[in-house]
Amino acid sequence: MPVPEHMEFFIDPNRCIGCQSCVQACGECDTHKGHPMIHLEYVDRAISVQTTPVVCMHCNTPTCAEVCPADAIKVTEDGVVQTARKPRCIACSNCVLACPFGVPKMKTEFELMMKCDMCYDRTSVGKKPMCATVCPSQALFFGTREEIEQIRPRSVSNNRFQFGQQVITTKVNMLFPKDNPIQHLNVTDAMNEQPVDQSFTLEMLMDAIGI
Amino acid sequence: MAKLPVTLEQLTESFGPHLARSTGNRLETGIEPDSVVKTHCCFCGQQCGIQLKVKDNQVIGFEPWEDFPFNRGMLCPKGVKRYLQGAHPDRLVTALKRDPSHPSGFSPMPYAEAIDRVATEIKRIQAVHGRDAFALLSGASLTTEKAYLMGKFARVALKTANIDYNGRLCMVSAGAGNKKAFGIDRAANPWSDMLKTDVVWISGANVAECAPITTNYVWQAREHGAKIIVVDPRITPVARTCDLFLPIKPGRDIALFNGILHLMIENDWLDHDFIQNSTVGFEAVAEHVKQWTPKFTAKVTGIAEKSIRQAAEWWGTAKTSFLMHARGIEHHSHGVQNVLGAINIVLASGRIGRENCGYATITGQGNGQGGREHGQKCDQLPGGRDISNPEHRAYIAKVWDVSPDDLPQAGVDAYEIFRKIDKGEIRGLLSLCFNPKVSLPDNAFVTKALEKLEFYVAIDFFLNETAHHADIVLPGSLHEEDEGIVTQIEGRVIKINKVIDPPGEARQDWRIIQDIARQMGAEKGFTFASPQEMLDELRIASKGGVADYSGITYEKVERQHGVFWPCPSDDHPGTPRLFEPGSWNPIAKGTGPFYFPDGKARFVVAGYTPPTEDVDTEYPIILTTGRVISHFLSGSQTRRIGPLVDQYPEPRVEMHPRLAEKLGIANGDLTTVESRRGNCTLKAHVVTTIRPDTVFIPYHWAGRQSANQLTISAQDPISKIPEYKVCAVKVFKARD
Ligand code: SF4
Ligand code: SF4
Ligand code: SF4
Repeated sequence: MPVPEHMEFFIDPNRCIGCQSCVQACGECDTHKGHPMIHLEYVDRAISVQTTPVVCMHCNTPTCAEVCPADAIKVTEDGVVQTARKPRCIACSNCVLACPFGVPKMKTEFELMMKCDMCYDRTSVGKKPMCATVCPSQALFFGTREEIEQIRPRSVSNNRFQFGQQVITTKVNMLFPKDNPIQHLNVTDAMNEQPVDQSFTLEMLMDAIGI
Repeated sequence: MAKLPVTLEQLTESFGPHLARSTGNRLETGIEPDSVVKTHCCFCGQQCGIQLKVKDNQVIGFEPWEDFPFNRGMLCPKGVKRYLQGAHPDRLVTALKRDPSHPSGFSPMPYAEAIDRVATEIKRIQAVHGRDAFALLSGASLTTEKAYLMGKFARVALKTANIDYNGRLCMVSAGAGNKKAFGIDRAANPWSDMLKTDVVWISGANVAECAPITTNYVWQAREHGAKIIVVDPRITPVARTCDLFLPIKPGRDIALFNGILHLMIENDWLDHDFIQNSTVGFEAVAEHVKQWTPKFTAKVTGIAEKSIRQAAEWWGTAKTSFLMHARGIEHHSHGVQNVLGAINIVLASGRIGRENCGYATITGQGNGQGGREHGQKCDQLPGGRDISNPEHRAYIAKVWDVSPDDLPQAGVDAYEIFRKIDKGEIRGLLSLCFNPKVSLPDNAFVTKALEKLEFYVAIDFFLNETAHHADIVLPGSLHEEDEGIVTQIEGRVIKINKVIDPPGEARQDWRIIQDIARQMGAEKGFTFASPQEMLDELRIASKGGVADYSGITYEKVERQHGVFWPCPSDDHPGTPRLFEPGSWNPIAKGTGPFYFPDGKARFVVAGYTPPTEDVDTEYPIILTTGRVISHFLSGSQTRRIGPLVDQYPEPRVEMHPRLAEKLGIANGDLTTVESRRGNCTLKAHVVTTIRPDTVFIPYHWAGRQSANQLTISAQDPISKIPEYKVCAVKVFKARD
């Protein structure tokens, strides 16, 4: 059974609290038990507690699959980009290098590329992915577009990303504040920017009272 | 005789902490479980609903429980990995006796013999030194039935006054403040009341790490337009994107609340009708806060005046609001005053007892709420009754079929128990669900006291650091090996279900307690055959009290997905929101919604006093302590779960780069933090997300990594909570 079309994945890094529930629960998923496929990164812990969760974005034209010399990465009819097929994968790591989001991981112990497959064992039988079910801040959300519009009135979703010359659309959506609309996310543009958050406010308030 | 039987290294080698990871059935994919049982998490006060998968009497994993309304499938990493505490290599499966000749320090002994030894020692100590010379320490992670049994066991079987519990380190300041102001101690609202408020005020609560599910409620409130105000010395994950962050200097919370009330009065942001009709004491408080001008408040709290004015305006002009606080304002030698300060700004706003108008303390432990209501607290009897009140004593004596004169009076708090051990007034101890050697402040003193005990029996499923000192260890039960009710963060009573049987000789804690009573010849009243029978008696014992559980049954709890107490009769659905206009309670009897004879809430003057140990030139830096998300309390469970330890392997000392630079410390440097009581050397974690005058250390570790080597045993005079959140230290780069 394919993943129903009306069920979509949304990521709102603004909400993320860095708890790693998603990572811990990902390792409990039956397709890759013991191996969490989600990445959670601190943007820059020295100055901020901001973290950002990364799941496979399930690109409409997946670079990982395009560069695979063994044609090991398959896309199912519902647009889910699967982990490499074990009999085909030659562990060359082309996909690992090519993915613009840095998602696939080479598991040398199995000689196999593994990555997030949107909990295919769950989503293909009508359940939600592990990470989006447990996420206590609901930075990861799985549901319908109507639901997200209703519960996130301050946000808009976007699934177009620009990496230099390459524009990619994805099955997974990112949520952004409505008051700052964007056509696409230019990732390379933002590479040298510092994360902005209230560490600066703390400094400012401290300065105001002379600590 | 309670010195460590062998070296700490030997104890650790035999009893851990060792790290459990998924292996065998737990790692197999596509295993068909024998059953999938709906229950709740064994850790924090939110008590997330979870389903545990069982195969061959082993919990092999979990499945989210999306129908349970509080968390709808959400879990933090502790809940996700909690199943790894079962079938653990460190699990105690026989009774043990202290044995310095055994390489592990303990040798197994037959259970019946161990019970006999315990009963004999209790009787001997009580005969020689008096009944109160034997003390009990209990815990708020126990089910309510067990907590009830512990209270009864102390008063009826042992007739000792000295029983107290680890909620002493957790909920007592909030409880005492709530009783003074409202006459009842419970979160006033269900969390759903947070969702449509104008302002969410969070004081001293690291919501994201200590009450993770609450994060979604806070964010959801913001989606609907709420302003989020966070008061904390650190930029916690919810503070990161809040609307207003007030970086308060630790120990100054009342000053801020008084300053806010000052501005509310000055700008007439008050609900005069509510103050007039539903409260008493406003004038005295108004008079008191006159001195708390914004300028003075800024000076004391270390928060910019502009931010204080902004907070007061948002709070003052809101139509609806929800104020929450936790240990950050409660772990102080003036914790009750801090709580009263918070309640004063809620009462002045009139925003309580209505939809979308809420106030709550965030309960820390799994049964933090239920565990403090039914008798294991030194001054309480079941139903939230007062042990010094003759009517209350008479009622409970009747339920227990004893003479009121035979019930002991109030005993002393958990820390005072250790002072009495040190003085030789208490000679014997039984502990269950408490690890004071890690969790109490100034733990060098606690260790010294433990070494003086004539006899110590610990009931536990792992040999925790305190139990290293035990003469006898009895193998108790894990959360998933027993059933019973607990009361979570909102005041909702929920049901823990039994998932597997205890291994080996281990058994449910309530059976062990009853076995001791029987062996002591005090069997009467301790012949319960099931938690159900204990609940039936507890329902009667709580009837007519403030914490009335008489209408609560397992069946109703399961049918309604929880029952909010008070629930005074079989046909009563429970009380999700307290203090609604026109509501009835057994104290006010219809005169008003609050739990006083006149039905009115109390404003109480909350006077500011600095922390017991303020900084000086010798110890110039403030130390504050708290939690991280992947560990729980003394770490006795979470330090044994591999994936949780991987996530946060060791404590670090968090400090601002400006302070680090002054001290010549770089990120990752080994750093010594020293107080008047001890020192601790940890890696530095240099981050701009903390005040430059404060360092932070999480408290979940034992021995040389324990933050409580440094903390001070100063206590609040009313609640007796220790001052974990502020003491004075010096900090320097470790000498090699
Ligand atoms: S995000 Fe990376 S791994 Fe996922 S489909 Fe796109 S290219 Fe492939
Ligand atoms: S579970 Fe959610 S909040 Fe926690 S780290 Fe993952 S995405 Fe962030
Ligand atoms: S520790 Fe608390 S938040 Fe985490 S899963 Fe357990 S009950 Fe839920």
